[in-house]
Amino acid sequence: MNVVTLKDLERRFGDFVAVKGVSLEVAKGEIFGFLGPNGAGKSTTIRMLCGLLEPSGGSGTVAGFDIRTQREAIKQNIGYMSQKFSLYEDLTVEENIDFYSGIYRIPGAKKAERKAWVLEMAHLQAQRRTRTGQLPGGWKQRLSLGCALLHEPPVLFLDEPTSGVDPMSRRDFWDLIHQLAGGGVTVFVTTHYMEEAEYCDRLGLIYRGELVALGTPTEMKEHRMTEQVLSLSCDRAHDALTVVAALPGVRDAVLFGRDIHLMTADAERIVPILRDAMEQAGFEVRALERITPSLEDVFVSLIEGKDREEGAQREFKG
Amino acid sequence: MKFHHEDTKNTKEPRRKAFLSFAFLRVLVSWWWNSPFLNRFRAIARKEFIHVLRDPRALGVSIALPLVLLLIFGYALTLDVDRVPLVVWDQSVTPQSRELEARFQHSRYFSLVRQARGYGEVEEALDRREAMLALVIPQDFGRRVGADRNTQVQVLADGSDANSATLAMGYAEAIVRTYSQEILVARVRRQTGREPVPALELRPRAWFNTEMESKRYIVPGLIAVIMMLITALLTSLTVAREWETGTMEQLISTPIRGPELILGKLVPYFVVGMVDMLLSVLAGRFLFDVPLIGSLWLLFGVSAIYLVGALALGVLISSLAKSQLLASQLAFTMTFLPAFLLSGFMFEISNMPRALQLVTYLVPARYFVAFLRGLYLKGAGLAIFWPECLLLTLFAMAMLALAVLTFKKRLA
Amino acid sequence: MDAIRVEGLGRRFGEVVALDELSLRVAPGEIFGLVGPDGAGKTTTMRLLTGILNPTGGDAWVDGLHIVREADALKDRIGYMAQRFGLYPDLTVQENMDFYGDLYGVPRKGRESEMERLLAFSNLTPFRRRRAGNLSGGMKQKLGLACALIHTPKVLFLDEPTNGVDPVSRRDFWRILYQLQKEGVTIFVSTAYLDEAERCNRVALLHKGKLLALDTVEGVKGLLKGTLLELRSDRPREAARLLREARVGSVALFGDRVHILVAEGEAGQASIEATLKGSGMEVLGLKVIEPDLEDVFTSAIPREDA
Repeated sequence: MNVVTLKDLERRFGDFVAVKGVSLEVAKGEIFGFLGPNGAGKSTTIRMLCGLLEPSGGSGTVAGFDIRTQREAIKQNIGYMSQKFSLYEDLTVEENIDFYSGIYRIPGAKKAERKAWVLEMAHLQAQRRTRTGQLPGGWKQRLSLGCALLHEPPVLFLDEPTSGVDPMSRRDFWDLIHQLAGGGVTVFVTTHYMEEAEYCDRLGLIYRGELVALGTPTEMKEHRMTEQVLSLSCDRAHDALTVVAALPGVRDAVLFGRDIHLMTADAERIVPILRDAMEQAGFEVRALERITPSLEDVFVSLIEGKDREEGAQREFKG
Repeated sequence: MKFHHEDTKNTKEPRRKAFLSFAFLRVLVSWWWNSPFLNRFRAIARKEFIHVLRDPRALGVSIALPLVLLLIFGYALTLDVDRVPLVVWDQSVTPQSRELEARFQHSRYFSLVRQARGYGEVEEALDRREAMLALVIPQDFGRRVGADRNTQVQVLADGSDANSATLAMGYAEAIVRTYSQEILVARVRRQTGREPVPALELRPRAWFNTEMESKRYIVPGLIAVIMMLITALLTSLTVAREWETGTMEQLISTPIRGPELILGKLVPYFVVGMVDMLLSVLAGRFLFDVPLIGSLWLLFGVSAIYLVGALALGVLISSLAKSQLLASQLAFTMTFLPAFLLSGFMFEISNMPRALQLVTYLVPARYFVAFLRGLYLKGAGLAIFWPECLLLTLFAMAMLALAVLTFKKRLA
Repeated sequence: MDAIRVEGLGRRFGEVVALDELSLRVAPGEIFGLVGPDGAGKTTTMRLLTGILNPTGGDAWVDGLHIVREADALKDRIGYMAQRFGLYPDLTVQENMDFYGDLYGVPRKGRESEMERLLAFSNLTPFRRRRAGNLSGGMKQKLGLACALIHTPKVLFLDEPTNGVDPVSRRDFWRILYQLQKEGVTIFVSTAYLDEAERCNRVALLHKGKLLALDTVEGVKGLLKGTLLELRSDRPREAARLLREARVGSVALFGDRVHILVAEGEAGQASIEATLKGSGMEVLGLKVIEPDLEDVFTSAIPREDA
């Protein structure tokens, strides 16, 4: 069963098409990562999904409600949490939970039960009377999550939930999210941090209002990238870069720490050419190997590919 | 050529010297002009000007606010009591009582709103605030006056506005006293057939404010109070804003020094403040019809000093507060309240408790209020008000020094 | 001479130790990464080294100048880009750059060419009349960098420069940093993103004010004890749960993959396969992978709420 379905979703602001023809489906219990650079249409799409903005075209449902006609119902059936989630630092853990219970209008009989659930889920039973401001970052984050889940929404939206958090707390947080998803909550994550994207079951990349790629992180790394990535380790990498970048068949070359990462359509063909060129220019090649691209490599390559395509189209038209 | 040169060498020597010293001066000026200090000072001032000009709303408020305050307070605080509503209960109904009534009616200070026919009506008129003052003439008034006997009239006042009531009572007393004196004179003339010569005659004449209009007294003081408030508010935000938005962290990582930053920040607000001052003076002249008797140059000269002090105080508050909200609240309480209450503007300093009087010496507005009133009403200049001007200069210098010294190029 | 020399540098705020006896050296022309989560002490270190915060212990020299005693001279030689860039939103790109140029006393004559170069370098030339407040996040960040470079500093301090910036702009930004490195500028950059840290020549891992590791990226990765395995499974959540219960190693679930850190590669592999097959689960793939800095970090620091 799909909890989120979007079909040809479109949103215009005057002449500007912020989102065009986005179609996707997210299954119950799935953690879906929605990625894209700023201004790519990410937040416009999320606003439409949350019932805050009406689409100009296409259709969609969230938790079974129509995003055009049942926007109020959607608002009551989703949870939302971001890194900047508003917890009141001068209130205790319990007072924050009570406050959000009030906001979500949890019926009196259920209040105690939900509070107990949040405290247990977030491992905050012992801290219930602690001022929120005194909690470490990772704990606050779990409390935010708990507050966003008080009204048991079937869909949870997370906006860069773990940026700037230490890796240990981040792993714990994502374990919690996976548990929730295992329990049937559908999670929709927006971020432009690849470190967060790695934790998702499936990813969608939006760029210039269009969905450019869709797939699991592994699929993305193994199949979505048209180029292959080589890592070259040599002396005087800065100088070598100019030689490498000038070689035909090398699409892009960047420094990466002490190494050079280069993108090429055909790694096998380029390796001998590269070795020759380096030798001729007097560089000593210490290592040259094909590496699995990182998610960032994939996305940058997809986005640049899109740019090239549109540039070519423009030239063709012009 | 060479000969010619040597020939004229002696005669040209003084000119050459003059030229050299001029060149030296030019080098000095250009060195100073291009010194790091002035460069950075100019950079800050230029940037602050852009901030001021690119925020039309804030600029509009800083220009309009003093005028609005001047209008509101100017009209609200005018202390003249005019056309006091009066109720009269004339129980005597005789030519003598009518005469007294007429004197009240013809005075510009009173206007008869009601003829009462009983004590209840008098009370009602005062309760409903239809009338502020009641004149009760007893039944035997005409008879007793006619019989040359001592008599009394009663004046009741609504004391809820104590100031106005006191003034109105004063006017009433004056009318009654004049009437009483005339009766007395007539009586003596009748009895002795001679013109009586009063033992003492008071001939009051107000100097400097011949029409005794309070606005002439209020408006100059008000300008002093408003300028203090506006200017401190203007600058109170500038440093705090940079702390809040994080640009200060960047600034203090550059070679900028405290004096350059503080002085640079003052320049644009000084200009705005002087424009405000000019507008206030114009408004005083043309809206309130308050003429300036003294020198206009002196007015702006001393105002400039006062402004620098107030602006520096604002910057001082701003760099201590580090948050815009706190800074503006502090600026308001630290400038407006003392300037309003303790400068002698609202309340006569000599009537204050001794301890409070001492405190007023610390309120710079006190000196400016005194100076402005002197300049406006009496045309008094530096010859009389040099101590005030000196103290204002000291205040400005102290504030500048404090603002520069408290600004730390360090976090925490 | 070291571009940056830090010896026992510390800073307390009351009871809180923001930075605890940090010692490190950065060679001229190096890109050095200060890596750690929020609250690790990165910004405090930056502020100490740029002379805008006084230390409560220890010493440091930047380009040979002491950060407290010679703070004023120091400020002429360094560029600093604070976390919030220090731009004035109501000033245009050009005005912001001119402002900082004036503050650093860069002569107005001859500044033009440097400015052109920096604008071209950061792709901001078409936007020089645009107000800084109307720039995108990535452009603001590049403008912040251009302002910090206007006086051609020898050492550049960047405090989380790519925070909130998308991957494409981030990559552009690093291209610029490498270009600067080529010109001989020493770059001291802080980041909370471990994937970004891999771009630095050397890194210091910081956690709660303490130095966890200081080495090249490869060297730091070598600190990880054990072998990292990546498991692919059709039911990754269940697999992760089973492996945790069986205590075969430290387990982390990433979407469709499970990472397991085991003490010894082959034995670990065998016990993972045994555990999963015992519960009737299929193993789609199990291979040894290169750890990243995040793996090192998570194994090096204690859990805050264990």
